[in-house]
Order: sequence, then structure tokens, then C-alpha cells
Amino acid sequence: MSLLQSTQLRAEPTAAAARRAFIRAWPELQNPAAWLVALILVIMPVIANGFFLIEIFGTTLILGIIALSLMFLAGYGGMVSLMQLTIAGFAGYMVAVFGMSGNANISLGWPWWLATPMALALATLFGTLGGALAVRTEGIYTIMITLAIGAAFYYFTNQNWAIFNGHTGINTVATPNFWGVDWRADIAFYYVTLGVAATCYFAVQYVSRAPFGLALQGVRDNPRRMAALGFNTNAHRIAAYAFAAFIAALGGVLQVWNYRQISPGSVSVGACIDVLIIAVVGGITRPVGPFIGAFIFVLLRTFAIDLLVKFGLDGNRFRLLIGLGFLAIVFWSSDGVIGLWDQWRRSGKAATTRSGGGRHG
Amino acid sequence: MDSVAQRLSAVGAGAALELRGVTRLFGALAALTDVTITVRPGERRAVLGSNGAGKTTLFNCITGDFPPSSGTIRFFGEDITQFPPYERIRRGLRRTYQISALFPGLTVQDNVYLACRGVSRGRFSLLRPGQNDALMHATETLVQAVHLTAVKDQRVAELAHGQQRQLEIALALAGAPRFILFDEPAAGLSPTERRELIEILTSLPAHIGYIIIEHDMDVALRVVESVTMMHNGRIFKEGPPREIESDPEVQELYLGAGHE
Repeated sequence: MSLLQSTQLRAEPTAAAARRAFIRAWPELQNPAAWLVALILVIMPVIANGFFLIEIFGTTLILGIIALSLMFLAGYGGMVSLMQLTIAGFAGYMVAVFGMSGNANISLGWPWWLATPMALALATLFGTLGGALAVRTEGIYTIMITLAIGAAFYYFTNQNWAIFNGHTGINTVATPNFWGVDWRADIAFYYVTLGVAATCYFAVQYVSRAPFGLALQGVRDNPRRMAALGFNTNAHRIAAYAFAAFIAALGGVLQVWNYRQISPGSVSVGACIDVLIIAVVGGITRPVGPFIGAFIFVLLRTFAIDLLVKFGLDGNRFRLLIGLGFLAIVFWSSDGVIGLWDQWRRSGKAATTRSGGGRHG
Repeated sequence: MDSVAQRLSAVGAGAALELRGVTRLFGALAALTDVTITVRPGERRAVLGSNGAGKTTLFNCITGDFPPSSGTIRFFGEDITQFPPYERIRRGLRRTYQISALFPGLTVQDNVYLACRGVSRGRFSLLRPGQNDALMHATETLVQAVHLTAVKDQRVAELAHGQQRQLEIALALAGAPRFILFDEPAAGLSPTERRELIEILTSLPAHIGYIIIEHDMDVALRVVESVTMMHNGRIFKEGPPREIESDPEVQELYLGAGHE
């Protein structure tokens, strides 16, 4: 048999094979739970009032998008970047600087449809440059260098008054208003956020099986072999940072529209680390993880205070709960909540097969 | 009889691979010292030598995993000494690793697909390959060529050792290889698997040359036309297999232990 030249092997792409490939490509379409979650998210405005819609679900989706960008880098690329929130915050600042806000001395007053693409482009560039620095390092040094970028940006925004307006930040940022719709009204904004989150989720899922995403996983598993297969591994890593930066920037734009203001507090080192906690608590092997993590984080942040006060404790200790939850999840699962979920399902399956076998025996 | 030796020492303008005075230092330790080798296109050669003779270091210098400390490397006439590994691979150089260097979390098919993608355009493509993607067909052909079709959807971590070795070879055959470096491809293979390996090597198209590092003389001498003996990071002897095998110095140095 002659190797490399036997091309007779044209497997008939039967309908069944195509169907299998489709299912493998989009596993969530086969999952009734995923359909249920999607349905609930779509009809949420009917169920939830404005507070829940925006403060809980809108915020969850926005934080989820930012954490998703970290999941993409860490899960598929093996690069833990602590600057994803910084990129998001940079995009938010750019929306405020190029668009309209209460600080007329700073904002350039561009319409939203010009300011937003500008913010996305600049934030993506920012993330790509940061990534180009970070790919020179590995492991803990990547964490350190991205944390340093995050910390530097935080202190810079604090001290720079010409663009970032120092520690007061930029307030009353204008939000899109067209086709007779105020897109920052609760229900409209919820759907915008949901649409962006779903697009990012499916984009990450799709790209993970595209040549770029597959190669990124190859670079994660064995960069030396990837180079020996013809891949420029550093270029691939930088491209991954660019892709993730764009996703984080989308989250940042939504965040500044949500709060209508941005200040150094939004890009603090603590907030950078929150994104890491969200991603790790949710799980970084699948794109759904960051959204689960964000949901848990937002619930704790919102309700832990009341809960603690009810038990006669200081409400400001809610971070203690988050920290304990983080420790517990990392202790029992290497892959956050989705790891726990997988373990639970596997043990359930094992139990049923065991009992089934018992009946036959 | 002498023609092979002449060709080996000839300064080949049309050489596939030409190393001139290649030295590689690790600190004060010279892993390779002044290695000069010329390999014709399509030539198949074995590199023999005891552990620490510098065989794998030689491969690492050629592929650029560790660039040489001094000396030049030409690939089909082009000076590739300063090229990063991926540039060398894109020019038709391939290698396999002594210890399988695969992607354990990905399936067999994905591993081979990556190899095919690495030496073609669209490495950064954000679009998934469709049903009629040319590289998907190339992937399937290659998977079949190394007898792994039955396990193509399995994760590599679940494969048996022999299957991983076969996959290792498949990755080196992706695209249009012009010259391949095989680093102990038979390591840990059963006799049956060795026969399959020999079949794969001997059925390679004639224009593809290779260098093979192999301790098993039965494998090595059956698939090559010339042999380079290395010792302590230097070229010790070059010649056709029979000549090397019967050389008393070589026997004393290397073959003696294995051929009692």
C-alpha cells in the first residue's frame, strides 16, 4: 500500500454521519436542560421584576461574558490572565471618553455607534499588546504580568485626570437610544445583554472546534510539538489574547451602559481577582462555567449581606462567604461547579448500572 | 562500493540536508562537536550510537528545537540555521519524538488534523471544517494509512502504546514531507508492530528521505541504505549498513553488546 497517495478513501458523508457530526459540534442542542435554561432566560422579563432582571441576571450575564474571556484563555490556551477585567474596564472607559457623558470636558461626544466600535477596537488592541507581553512568560509569571498590567491600569486611572478623570471617574454616560427604544430600559437592556452573552457563548463553543481553537488546545497541551507541526505558537497565543480581549471588551461596554458610570473602583485589583474566582468557581473547561460562576457570585454578593445580618453578623463579611465557597469548591472539584455536576452525574450513572447489574445477577 | 562513501562525503549542491561543523553546547558540555553530514534527497539513513552519543541532540538542532551553538544547517540548499522550528517544518522537514509528543486531550482525528493544518494555510481559521474539507480527507487518509481508523474518535490518552507510536508517525507524514527525522520509532513496539513499522517506512514514496535513530539493528538495517555512527557527540563512522555492521571498531564500540 502506498502511503500518502491512497486517496480512494472518500467516506460517503451519509446523513447519519452528518447528523453525528452536527450533534458533536453542538452538544447543547441535544440537552433538554439547556433548552429549558434558554427558555427561562428568554421569558425572564415576564417572571422577574426590574431588580432581578438587571441586578441579578443582567449583571450575571455581563460578569459571565468577562469571565468567559478568561475561560477561553485558561481553558483552551492554558493561560491564566488576570487582566480580562482591565480590558473590559478599558473598553468601558473608552465608551465614556469617546461617547457622551456628564463630564463634557472629557467626553468627545461621539454617537454611540461610533464610540462603541472605537472602544471595542482599542480595548482589543490593548488586550493584544498585553497578551504579546504575557506570552513571553509561562504559568505563574503570566498571572503576575497580567496582574501587574491590571494594577498599573488601576493606579493610572486614579491619577490621570485628562482622560480618565482621576478617582471620581466619568459619570452619567449616555446609553444608546434609537428606533424609539431606550436600550438601557430594563427589559430592552436585558435582551441586549442576553443576546451578546449568547453570541459570545456560542462563538467560543464554535471556535473551540475550529482550526484556531483546536490549535490553541494543541499549544496548551504541547507547544514544542505544535512548533514541530508548523505552528507559530507565540502568534497563536497572542491571537487568543486578541479574541479573548474582544469578548472582554463586549462585556465592558455592557457594564458601562449598565452602571452609566465608570471609575477606578470598577477596574480595581480586587475586581480583577473576582473574575478569576468567578471562572474557577464555575469551571474553566467549558464555556457554560463562567456564567454559572457569575450567577453564584452575584447571588452571594447581593443576598449574603442580608443573610449575615439576619444571623447577627456583620453584613460586610459577605466576601468571607465567597472565599469559603471558593475554597470548598476548589477543594472538592478540580473544575468548579461543572466539575461537581459531572462527578454527581457519573456517580448517579454508576449507581444505576450497578443496581441494573444486581437485578440481572 | 565506494560510490556511497563518495556520495556521503560529497559537498552536495543538491543535498536534502547539509550540516557543516554543527556544534551544540549545554553549558560546558559539548553534546555535538563539529558534526558535518550531507544527505541526498530521498536518501534513507540510520544514525546509530550509544546513549549520550548526541543522536537526539542532532535531531533537535536540525528541527530547531535547540538551535546549534555554531555551524550551519542547509535544507534543500536554503540556510535554515536561524529559522524557528515552524519555518523549517513548513519547508517540508518533519520529525517524530522518542517519547511520544502527542495531544492527549484531543482525539486521534484531531491530532492528525492539527498536523495537516500546521503545514497548510488557515492555521488561524475561525471556521470549522465542513464535510468536504480537503484537509479532513487528508486526515482520514493518513489515519487509515497508520491503521488507526477504528480508534479515530478516541482520545489519545486512551490509546495503547503501539497505537500512540503509529500516531506519532502519522503526524510526521502530514502535508508534503520532503525529509523526515524518526527518533526511535520502534521503541516499545511488539514484533508485529515492528513489522508494520517497517512496512510503513519501506512504502514511503521514494522522494521522501529520512534519518532514523534506531537501536534495533534488525529494523534499522532493513530500512536504510547508509549508516552514520556517532560517539560522544562526534561522527565516528559513515558507510553502507553491511560495512558498518562488520567494522571491528564499530562492533567493539556498539554492536558487541547486542550481538553476542
